[in-house]
Amino acid sequence: MTRLAPEVPARALARSPQLVRRLLAAGETWVFAALIILMAIFTGLAPGKFLTLNDLSLNAQTTAPILLMAIGETFVIITAGIDLSVGFVLVLCGVVAGEYYLSNGGPDAGAGTIWVGAILGIATGAAFGALQGIAVAKLKIPPLIATLMGLGVAEGLSYLITGGSDLRSVPNALINSIGTGGIGGVQWLIIISFLATLVFGLILAFTRFGRYTYAIGSNPEAALRAGIKVDRHLIKVYALSGLLAGVAGILNLGYFSTTTISGHPLDNLTVITAVVIGGASLFGGRGSMLGTFLGVFIPELLATGLIIVGVNQYWQYILTGLVLGAAVYLDQIRRRLRERA
Amino acid sequence: MSLAEAPEPERPAVPLLEARGLTKHYGSVQALDGASFTAYPGEVVALIGDNGAGKSTLVKTLSGVIRPDSGQILVKGVPVSFSNPLDARAHGIETVYQDLALAPDLDAAANLHLGREIYRWWPPLHVLNKTEMRRRAVAAFADLGVELPDVTAPVATLSGGQRQSVAVARAVAYASEIIFMDEPTAALGVVQRERVLDNIRRVRDRGITVVLISHNMPEVLAVADRVEVLRMGRRVARFTAGQATIEQLVGAMTGALTTEESA
Repeated sequence: MTRLAPEVPARALARSPQLVRRLLAAGETWVFAALIILMAIFTGLAPGKFLTLNDLSLNAQTTAPILLMAIGETFVIITAGIDLSVGFVLVLCGVVAGEYYLSNGGPDAGAGTIWVGAILGIATGAAFGALQGIAVAKLKIPPLIATLMGLGVAEGLSYLITGGSDLRSVPNALINSIGTGGIGGVQWLIIISFLATLVFGLILAFTRFGRYTYAIGSNPEAALRAGIKVDRHLIKVYALSGLLAGVAGILNLGYFSTTTISGHPLDNLTVITAVVIGGASLFGGRGSMLGTFLGVFIPELLATGLIIVGVNQYWQYILTGLVLGAAVYLDQIRRRLRERA
Repeated sequence: MSLAEAPEPERPAVPLLEARGLTKHYGSVQALDGASFTAYPGEVVALIGDNGAGKSTLVKTLSGVIRPDSGQILVKGVPVSFSNPLDARAHGIETVYQDLALAPDLDAAANLHLGREIYRWWPPLHVLNKTEMRRRAVAAFADLGVELPDVTAPVATLSGGQRQSVAVARAVAYASEIIFMDEPTAALGVVQRERVLDNIRRVRDRGITVVLISHNMPEVLAVADRVEVLRMGRRVARFTAGQATIEQLVGAMTGALTTEESA
């Protein structure tokens, strides 16, 4: 028998399959692969047409509110929760800001008014989320029900406040800046949503807030016994989700220059789909912001790609559904393999 | 049977941890009915009893997970009150739970530091110092003679014995006085069971008291210095392990033998 030289080469040998194993186990790897395959297929089918810069930026623009809500939803799902209320909280926050603008100058409102309205809207979202968090953490109402309840409340409030018709007196300055403006050719919508993704991605991966989010989703009892204030953390996570829905509401208000009361009934499902495609586990404890980011763009990419290659674009819904199913199935397999190990 | 059969040995006057007359009921179930317990510095004391004798409840009260309805807990002779596990920890008391209380999706280093993370840069930002936590985890496992192939692999990918080691290492890393181990070998194979018993001895050799909750009589006699027996929510007997037989232990557990009338 030949003796292996001590330690180092053996360890180096052991490391490479470990890296491969870890890559295979990481949720993002699969999303990345799916994304690249999709791009390759569409580029192959329609060379030179697919993925021009223009497509990309339009995608990112219409997707900015979805991306913002998906950031919050990622935290929620990693705690083994779910937030169904996001699209409706978005509308409610837009309505709150819109009402403020309406009674403070309407289209001619200045920057100060715009800021106050935006902060009011965002604070509404955060408070609304915190209340849902209290329902989940303190009242022990299952997240699905707590946020379904919140969904109803948010929708009802939006209709009650506006009397059922969209508010249109959105400040021009908001529309021209956040809504459609940008710096150096990059829209504010893109800057804000991408920046938020980066910041909250870093928070999720590298800070105590992120670590506790994973720990609670992974084993709430262990987190509790380790001295983590589980209830308080859950409330913060749901508040974050509401807050980001609020930010999305302001962006939405600026982009469409109206409150779009009935325009977001399926945002919650779009958002959850993106997060789950991105590799987050509905059982909690797993997920990443990079995965979510990619997950948000897969359905978009499908839609654009199908249009460009001339396939009926409604196939996008079927394909997205299948991708979602595949993502959850992969998670199940990963889980089973892990348990056996 | 009489007291003379199981003499209580000479001990330091002040126990490290003492429970006096603890009671706890859940609805109509009296889990603890005036239970007492004593642990002296630097010993391995086994806490045994039949199913439902109140072992787990007693451990939970002594580690701050639940509050007793009445009774007294003393650390080094001073009455204390634990309203949560952190209070108990502040007195140097750590617990290895039967279910291990690990977060399976987090790696061994993260689990070792769960709730006690180390931060870098400006601490209020709470940016995790993963390098330092990993370094300390490797050191803690090496210290305990535990071989873990990879401290950055999720705990769920480890074997049962390795997971157990992570939980023990976590307790050892922070316990300054006493470690409770609730059925630490229940889910383990023969080889891993031996390793856990070695761990217990190693911990004791560092001067830390180990309270071993177990069903396994040979195991108890092999590793413990002393044995306390619970039955129906109260302490019914105390033995010096070297002088006790399995028959005596079983007798005390089942009520055939009583060496102590009340707590």
